[in-house]
Amino acid sequence: MGQLRRGRAIRLLIQIALLAVGLVMVFPLFWLISTSLRPAPELLESPPALLPQHWTLDNYASAFAAAPFGSWLINSVIFATVSTFFILITSSVAGYILAKFRFPGNNFIFILILATAIVPFEIYVLPVFLEVQALSLINTMPGLILPYVILSYGIFFMRQNVMASVPDELLDASRMDGLSETGIMVRLVPRLLAPAISALAIFAYLQSWTAFIWPLLVLNDPNLFPVQLGLAQFNSSVSVNYAVLSAGAVVAMAPTVIAFLVLRRRIIEGVTLTGFK
Amino acid sequence: MPPVPPRRRRVYLFAYGFLAPIIALFAFLRIFPIIYTVFLAFFNWSLVGTDHTFVGLDNFTNLLGDPNFQTAFLNTTIIAIGTTVLSIGLAFFVAAVVAYGGGKIGGLIEILFFLPVVTPLVPATLGWRSLLDYQHGLLNAIFGLFGIPNQAWTTDPTLAIVSIIAISVWAQVGYNMIILLVGMRSIPRLYMEAAAVDGASTWRQFRHITFPLMVPILLFVTVITTIQAYNVFTQVFVLASDVQGAPGYLVRVLVYDIFQNGFRYFNFGYAAAEAVYLFLVVIVLMLIQFRLFNRPTD
Repeated sequence: MGQLRRGRAIRLLIQIALLAVGLVMVFPLFWLISTSLRPAPELLESPPALLPQHWTLDNYASAFAAAPFGSWLINSVIFATVSTFFILITSSVAGYILAKFRFPGNNFIFILILATAIVPFEIYVLPVFLEVQALSLINTMPGLILPYVILSYGIFFMRQNVMASVPDELLDASRMDGLSETGIMVRLVPRLLAPAISALAIFAYLQSWTAFIWPLLVLNDPNLFPVQLGLAQFNSSVSVNYAVLSAGAVVAMAPTVIAFLVLRRRIIEGVTLTGFK
Repeated sequence: MPPVPPRRRRVYLFAYGFLAPIIALFAFLRIFPIIYTVFLAFFNWSLVGTDHTFVGLDNFTNLLGDPNFQTAFLNTTIIAIGTTVLSIGLAFFVAAVVAYGGGKIGGLIEILFFLPVVTPLVPATLGWRSLLDYQHGLLNAIFGLFGIPNQAWTTDPTLAIVSIIAISVWAQVGYNMIILLVGMRSIPRLYMEAAAVDGASTWRQFRHITFPLMVPILLFVTVITTIQAYNVFTQVFVLASDVQGAPGYLVRVLVYDIFQNGFRYFNFGYAAAEAVYLFLVVIVLMLIQFRLFNRPTD
């Protein structure tokens, strides 16, 4: 009996310690929010208080007045939406064909895609830049989006999902019913793949929303900046204090953080099923 | 060669027809650039001029004697090793605690740890920078309570590396934890129960059942984390890029050095050779994983 109670006490202590570490993990985000809500004089307090004494939204107004955060957000939405749209189409079509059709080269193509999936973008970004330059797309929205229209891992992911959730019998039955191959691919298959498509959409969106290096290299017109790049530039401008900067940072991170809190089960499941990041 | 029957020919036509544009994009955006990076590395290739001279292995040998490259390689390696060891160690520990004693708060812990993974690095690093600020940062204020003098977390070259490792670990640990947690939860409870019946302590169960079964997954997250950590850039760029410091100048890392050689000095061949060295690191890591993965577990 005593041992049982001791076990329970240890378990409680462990859980409290875990929770403490978990709170440390979100502390930098909490700190950004808290800093963004305090008036400038409170920034100089030492030690700083955890919460503002006088709550204010002025910093957000200052951030939006000092820099085009509104257009940066719109640019990010366009970038992420178009990129996600293309990645969904290219990944689903390629994944479906590689999973369900036998033809010479099938395996070779698949292995090639898999082998390049792990090569980091930073390694081959120089030639991509030369290509985009050759197409005269430097400093344009299409040039920003172009490298983000395919995702090697997305093709791999959709191929696995097609194999798991699109039965051959159903495809054959639809062919018997006179549906064309294109009709099957466009109308039937996506319905069976809805969960996989939405998981891929979340990751594709997250990927371009958080992208930093490619926008930094390809864009120099601030009007075209996505919000991460805009924020980094805002950070290096002279007249910005931490409170206003934090307000900008909260704006840049809020969409992904909110999306995560809403879709957390699905996102964590997606990661656990696929190892995708 | 036997003639292709019409039904099969229709299937080929369909498959190749829809695949072709995607493969073309894939070749243009992935395959060709990867090959071309290696090709460029053998040239004196100016981004702005017309100088495209073949120089053999000169770029590779010159890099080895280039102090910037040496510094960048050393810094990046330290950051990569630090990030990998700490993020996996912490992730493994937390995953084990959640799996075996997390109880009802396990789900909450997952969320708290995973939030940094989905937070964009630019705002995250700004949050860290304000915590690490020399004069008004919370960390130095806390240290002050214990009589420790203020530390220059973001401007001292050595401490800045520590700070970058801390940010990288923070951003990575949640992902590693989730992956390890899946592995731990997939170990059948029956094994533990059998061992417990035989009188094995929790520690011995962990040491002799959980740990050996987790080795392949640990290897996977180790390789993924190391590859990503070798490409560290955004944290460095943002942490040091305030009014006083040129962006990323404080802690030189490989990707920063590649971009500086390529886009500031327009020396694309030299930068490409540097990227090839980074590529070699990635290939070696992948081969290590492959070799170890294919070894039968004892």
